[in-house]
Amino acid sequence: MGKLTGAEIFIESLYHEKVETIFGYPGGAVLPIYNVLYDAKFEHIMPHHEQGGIHAADGYARSTGKVGVCIATSGPGGTNLVTGLATAYMDSVPIVAFTGQVPRSMLGTDAFQEADITGITTPITKHNYLVQDVKDLGRIIKEAFHIASTGRPGPVLIDIPKDVLLEKCEFLYPKELNLPGYSPNYNGHSMQIKEAAKAINEAQKPVIYSGGGVIISGASDYLRQLAKKGSIPVTTTLTGLGAFDERDDLSLGMLGMHGTTEANLAVSNADLLIAIGSRFDDRVTGKLEKFAAEAKVIHIDIDPAEVGKRVEIDIPIVGDVRRILEKLNPLVEDRSREDWSKQIDNWRKLDDTEVIEKKKLSPKQIIENISDLTQGDALITTEVGQHQMWSAQFYQYTKPRSFMTSGGLGTMGYGFPAAIGVQVGNKDKNVFALAGDGSFQMNSQELATVAKNKLPINIIIFNNGYLGMVRQWQEMFYERRYSSVCLKKQDDCPPGCSSPGDHCPIMIPDFVKLAGAYGIKAKRVSKKEDVRSALEWAINSPEPILLDFIIEEEENVFPMVPPGGSLDKMVLKGDVE
Amino acid sequence: MKHTVSVLVANESGVLARIASLFSRRGFNIESLSVGKTQDDHISRITIVVEGDNKVLEQLTKQLNKLIVVHKISDLTNEEVVSRGLALIKVTATAATRSEIMQIVDIFRGKIVDVSSNSIMVEITGTEEKVNAIEDLLRPFGIKELVRTGKIAMARGRK
Repeated sequence: MGKLTGAEIFIESLYHEKVETIFGYPGGAVLPIYNVLYDAKFEHIMPHHEQGGIHAADGYARSTGKVGVCIATSGPGGTNLVTGLATAYMDSVPIVAFTGQVPRSMLGTDAFQEADITGITTPITKHNYLVQDVKDLGRIIKEAFHIASTGRPGPVLIDIPKDVLLEKCEFLYPKELNLPGYSPNYNGHSMQIKEAAKAINEAQKPVIYSGGGVIISGASDYLRQLAKKGSIPVTTTLTGLGAFDERDDLSLGMLGMHGTTEANLAVSNADLLIAIGSRFDDRVTGKLEKFAAEAKVIHIDIDPAEVGKRVEIDIPIVGDVRRILEKLNPLVEDRSREDWSKQIDNWRKLDDTEVIEKKKLSPKQIIENISDLTQGDALITTEVGQHQMWSAQFYQYTKPRSFMTSGGLGTMGYGFPAAIGVQVGNKDKNVFALAGDGSFQMNSQELATVAKNKLPINIIIFNNGYLGMVRQWQEMFYERRYSSVCLKKQDDCPPGCSSPGDHCPIMIPDFVKLAGAYGIKAKRVSKKEDVRSALEWAINSPEPILLDFIIEEEENVFPMVPPGGSLDKMVLKGDVE
Repeated sequence: MKHTVSVLVANESGVLARIASLFSRRGFNIESLSVGKTQDDHISRITIVVEGDNKVLEQLTKQLNKLIVVHKISDLTNEEVVSRGLALIKVTATAATRSEIMQIVDIFRGKIVDVSSNSIMVEITGTEEKVNAIEDLLRPFGIKELVRTGKIAMARGRK
């Protein structure tokens, strides 16, 4: 191939890795890359903030299963990636992030736009590299894509000094990998798999607790097979939603802090818990000593560090979920468990509490309409907070990779830019960015990216004038002392008023006008009878649409397990002692 | 409980920082640390002594294993090992005390590596306990300066 510059090697390596789309923001240290990108054949999406770029790469990766690729310049470009890397690391999302760096001779001199980005990102990446020689660049890129996408996936960062991008060397993309310190274990131990099958066959009240790992490993079909064969009810975590079709009788929905009654009671009363690709997060388990206290526990996960991390495991199986289920399912006996399913059906009824009619729109009505109009075929992203939990509860998920949300890190500002990546990776799909009025403002600059790329995303704002989830906690645990949660509060508000409402003169911002400033069509919806038609308008429109739904200000998310409480002590609605 | 962990790592920049950050995240204080090349130029061995609960250490070992730069970890705590540390101790020495100090050093099979009109520098190698013992015996004479390496350890026999 002859001699290539570092920047050309970068491009060639990405071709070798079959990259189609890059989310990148230019800057001084990556000028050589952008000079070559000018002629390259990638789809390049420029966000309006590097954080938006990496969340978009994350949404692209979660929804397509491919590696998300993003570029940022040195210094602030790199530090703006930090939240996106941490988000992807917590939820095991494969991303390769490239950052420019000051020339090697200036490293460590506090040069203009210098930040020690490998130092900064070490604890929030699966691995990272500072390229010190152009001869290493091809190998490093190959390793990075391999590490990001195999085993338990995660983000990898490659920091490239500007002079390395300009230097030339012979280029040959390596065929082999040499990573003696990296060998994920895919095949579960066959004795352990037999043990697990025996435990399943002996159990009277088993429950499957399925996490994001099932989606990552592409094991949804095997999960369904296992559940059906043994008549085992399935509850999923937040990031696991979609792995199991919620229309199925065996579906219990989500478990944990805002899980369904039937999921939490089933786990609390189970005699066998089958944890698959999940990690016993504190938002799932509540009080750890009470979590599945009666149950024997099987844990299937690819990451040995997750096994036994928070809970003692009776039957640990380390390996790829799909491969393990492939071997486990034939050993599981066909049987029905009628007593158990009857008991669960009784618990289901506890959820059907009467809905109190309120004056303003209910989030439930809006989301159920989206679910109904799209028949579970839409791709949903969320921010973090009340609307995120409502989106988890009221949309009926039917397939994997249809729900993109920041589960582990809980990143407000994730969902809207993530929707950009989701739409770019799934051009023919209906994409919904569900957002609170607080969260949306954390990355609303990406309206420009949506407008410029004509991405037909449906942006749905749940506007209650509050940082709703914080307000809910202040209501429940801090005697309604609403501190810094009113999004409309101004200097001249009457003293003692802590609640936004119709008496507030202005909207900050007016989301319809904000969308208008970017040339995006938008509508404010405040009447129940207009909800469905507005959604239909958005779905049928080939352009991006923003809908600003004015919802009840003090709506809460229920059921709720108060933090540190045990799962069988749920608050179904109203007050907590 | 005190643990000795031996970690084989890639011999490249930034490795120590990656390992140290896993310990600091858990609030573990590294008691001693030694790093050096092995028979293979591409691989270094890090020997770490830490104080901590067994369960937490097990979790930490798993986390260490996840680092791409880590090739192998062995917990040598309950193994049959030979372990050594080295110390240089500068002791105040007068005409009156010099010979007594030299006797102590002799008993411990240490070496005197420098002498001045008012001090002696002692080199001592051995297990942690042995180095502690000579330090205690020399203390009454007045220790002006002391430097100790981290512990290095190797399993006995064919392992």
